[in-house]
Amino acid sequence: MSQLLSVRDLKVHFPVGNRGTVHAVDGVDFTIPHGKTLGIVGESGSGKTTTALAIMRLAPITGGEIDLDGTPISRIQGEDLRRARTRFQMVFQDPFSSLNPRDRVGRIIRQPMDLLGLGEPSDRDTRVEELLQQVGLRPELKSLYPHQFSGGQRQRIGLARALATRPELIVFDEPVSALDVAVQAQVLNLIRRLQRESGLTYLFISHDLGVVRHICDEIAVMYLGQIVERAPAAQIFAAPRHPYTQALIAAAPSLAPEHRRRGGGARLQGDPPSPVNLPRGCRFASRCRLAIDECRQVMPKLRECSSGQVVACHLV
Amino acid sequence: MTQPVLDIRNLKVDFMTRRGVAHVLDDVSFTVAPGELLAIVGESGCGKSMTALSVLGLVPTPPGKVVGGSILFQGRDLAQLRRSDMRKIRGGDIAMIFQEPMTSLNPVFTCGEQIAEAVRLHQNVSPGAAHARAVEMLRAVGIPEPELRANAYPHQLSGGMRQRVMIAMALSCQPRLLIADEPTTALDVTVQAQIFSLLDELRHKTGTAIVLITHDMGAVAEMADKVAVMYAGRIIEQGPADAVLDSPGHPYTRGLLASIPRVYADPDADLPEIPGIVPALTDLGRGCAFEPRCPLAINACHAAQPRHVAMSANHSAACIRLKTGEVLA
Repeated sequence: MSQLLSVRDLKVHFPVGNRGTVHAVDGVDFTIPHGKTLGIVGESGSGKTTTALAIMRLAPITGGEIDLDGTPISRIQGEDLRRARTRFQMVFQDPFSSLNPRDRVGRIIRQPMDLLGLGEPSDRDTRVEELLQQVGLRPELKSLYPHQFSGGQRQRIGLARALATRPELIVFDEPVSALDVAVQAQVLNLIRRLQRESGLTYLFISHDLGVVRHICDEIAVMYLGQIVERAPAAQIFAAPRHPYTQALIAAAPSLAPEHRRRGGGARLQGDPPSPVNLPRGCRFASRCRLAIDECRQVMPKLRECSSGQVVACHLV
Repeated sequence: MTQPVLDIRNLKVDFMTRRGVAHVLDDVSFTVAPGELLAIVGESGCGKSMTALSVLGLVPTPPGKVVGGSILFQGRDLAQLRRSDMRKIRGGDIAMIFQEPMTSLNPVFTCGEQIAEAVRLHQNVSPGAAHARAVEMLRAVGIPEPELRANAYPHQLSGGMRQRVMIAMALSCQPRLLIADEPTTALDVTVQAQIFSLLDELRHKTGTAIVLITHDMGAVAEMADKVAVMYAGRIIEQGPADAVLDSPGHPYTRGLLASIPRVYADPDADLPEIPGIVPALTDLGRGCAFEPRCPLAINACHAAQPRHVAMSANHSAACIRLKTGEVLA
């Protein structure tokens, strides 16, 4: 299967005054085949959003390569980059702050086409109506303002705007975490239906394991700027190998009676270390119940441990 | 049976809005026993947080007003209390923790000072003793190096640590009732698990009753003894947590549970949806508020508010399609 997106050794570092450097993303590798979905999970500060922003060219790239079907996204600049933006679009977490409150919905959805000069200007309003229908909204709603919509409807508008340029890749950053569960199901089903119908490729960031399991073909687990495990979705839940993945899955409350437990799950103590003063060895070692001396001295590399499953741990 | 710590009966709260009167809470009744954890679940705007604010006497008046019912806390009706008496209870016998640990702590005082202030407001102790109590509470909630952290300002702590400080403050006066409004929504799942086990340990140790307000059914499964499901200002189902999760009676509860993506479900199937959206509280009809979205609705659902039907001991749902003792297939 050919890869639409390949990310190699991506690094995003931010200087923080004279106190050092935040290693927000520190050597991330993955690929996404055409028409598939990769999920990235991890705690706040693990670098999942920064990875997404770097791929969107909305965060400065310190090092590494991003390739979108032959186009070196990480290297192109200026007009080339601007034109390439039609091919990758993003849906943001907060459906309130990501839509301009002073624009009508029709204009919000039309704007990417205007800015990137897509199609004949006279056809664009028809296209806006098509897009609204595609995301399950009535076309006549285009003359309303964002505040007249509910959270779920706004997320549909954000999705219509992302679809406006007919992108190949859509990056979703926590697209349903601000929504109530009944509405969340509607939006998740819509996201999957659009992929089935249009063969879109998705990068899907979420902290909700149930959601990623439902949406993604493959899942990457990030911890402090690095991927610690990556595997097909079913595999990572059936047989998580990295101690952090195991802790993450154990910490998520489950509804199924056979997995239900009372009074909080297996404990992962403490907080991640500071992304400025990183430990020399494995970044998870300070919280890992299995850590040995080697873990504190030598950083483990990602290795394949079973078909399609890679993990960065000395003990696997 | 022990006397409940909190016994809410037929509570009604109205809000005056430009579009008319909104029945924000309508006929809400539940009890919580010492050491028990009741979860109140529902979507945004269903009245979960308003229930909590009513107990604390914090309903914004105007536009809101408690128009009926009683809130019995250890036998006293809080709805009838004078504001000065309510202030003695609030933060003392009844404590609350909020969703956002950053905005609910004061950024210009140290964590220790804020906890000590709560202690001194409710107990007649010296500043030194109050500070010692603050450090002791920080230790009790699992904060490492509590002597040091007592001198830290909120911004110097992580989200999980700040929520622990909030819990330490809430528990510093040994409340009989703790109201936790979405205490882990802003936190990562691993930190959420830590906070949950902390709350669970505390209620078993101290007998503090907890009302947990959440939209997360996973949290209910993990924490709750009992659960009340709210929709459009009413409790539409309540019962023991396992009973409600495993054999939900109300079509809304069933829809809600079915729509949650699960780790161990078939990922190829689409999620069952509840069509439509929550109605505005100002234009609720006479009948069941869920009727427009309900797959099982019949004409009679329009006519009147459905009464609670008992499904088993302590488990009931407000749906006329339920017959006593049996669950709709």
